Amino acid sequence: MVPYLLQLADNALILGHRLSEWCGHAPELETDIALANLALDLTGQARSLYQHAAELEGEGRTEDDLAYLRDASAFRHVLLVEQPNQDFAYTIVRQFIFDHFQHLLYTELLRSKDDWLRDFAARVIKEVRYHLPFSTSWLVRLGDGTPLSHQKTEQALTDLWPFSKELFHASPADLEAAHLGIGPDLDWMARLFEDATGPDLISAGLTPPTTDWFPKGGKTGIHSEHLGPLLAEMQFLPRAYPGCSW
Amino acid sequence: MEQEWPLWEVFIRSKNGLHHKHVGSLHATDAAMALTNARDVYTRRNEGVSIWVVPSTAIVASDPGTAEAYFEPAADKVYRHPTFFEVPDAVKHM
Repeated sequence: MVPYLLQLADNALILGHRLSEWCGHAPELETDIALANLALDLTGQARSLYQHAAELEGEGRTEDDLAYLRDASAFRHVLLVEQPNQDFAYTIVRQFIFDHFQHLLYTELLRSKDDWLRDFAARVIKEVRYHLPFSTSWLVRLGDGTPLSHQKTEQALTDLWPFSKELFHASPADLEAAHLGIGPDLDWMARLFEDATGPDLISAGLTPPTTDWFPKGGKTGIHSEHLGPLLAEMQFLPRAYPGCSW
Repeated sequence: MEQEWPLWEVFIRSKNGLHHKHVGSLHATDAAMALTNARDVYTRRNEGVSIWVVPSTAIVASDPGTAEAYFEPAADKVYRHPTFFEVPDAVKHM
């Protein structure tokens, strides 16, 4: 149960941190605030999940220990969420993929056999029901926008789409969760994902690449070169000043 | 070159039963984006249960130059305020 919760929490925390990097730099003031809201929602999800995981683990660790004092190889998020922001098109494509995934995931978790996960899903799916139309409308706006915005979005999709497959590539924690009935069957969810994203991609005039190869390893702690610098920034304060408070 | 997005005025109803109140403005390319931007910019701290957005160009405003003619004559007409009536004891909630 704890490894499964950490997977969910790490996805939310790392993507939340990536989105927070836009703070003060987004293309428009309104978009800046929107991305910060998204980042805060995800960080909030991560907090709940870490608190619960720490409690179940029973080793006296806190949510902060889990977020700030683990090294790169202990993180269990997918490679997609640690990919750099690059530009607004990349950020939107990454978000579009992740929001669709979370929407399906939390819809499935509403039927989880685990009481806590069911309650958690019921609470956060309301957030995701806002995130998904947000990223989808931007995907369509950019994909179906000017020749330049289309070209950048198509490029982002070409680069990031393969990462979407890792979301449905079951880790031992995923398999255990599915076996116990607390988590969804990822093969089934992969098909739902294809059905759900297809019409949006058509509206945006975008074609995802058809390659079968995809990068993986995040769920077992093998990360890309982008995670180190991210953690260095995110974990700097609690590591440099252990136990500090304000 | 760079073109600014159109301006929208935002009205929020803070509670059911209360009226929508002007809270500020924002930029957005279309009505749908104006609504989501309003949600993100103005309702993050539980401020509302309903949002209206209106293109700023749709608002007709009185000219500050006419303020004297429009509003000042009302200032010395106390008799327009219903403050000279005796309220009978039986009337409550006045």
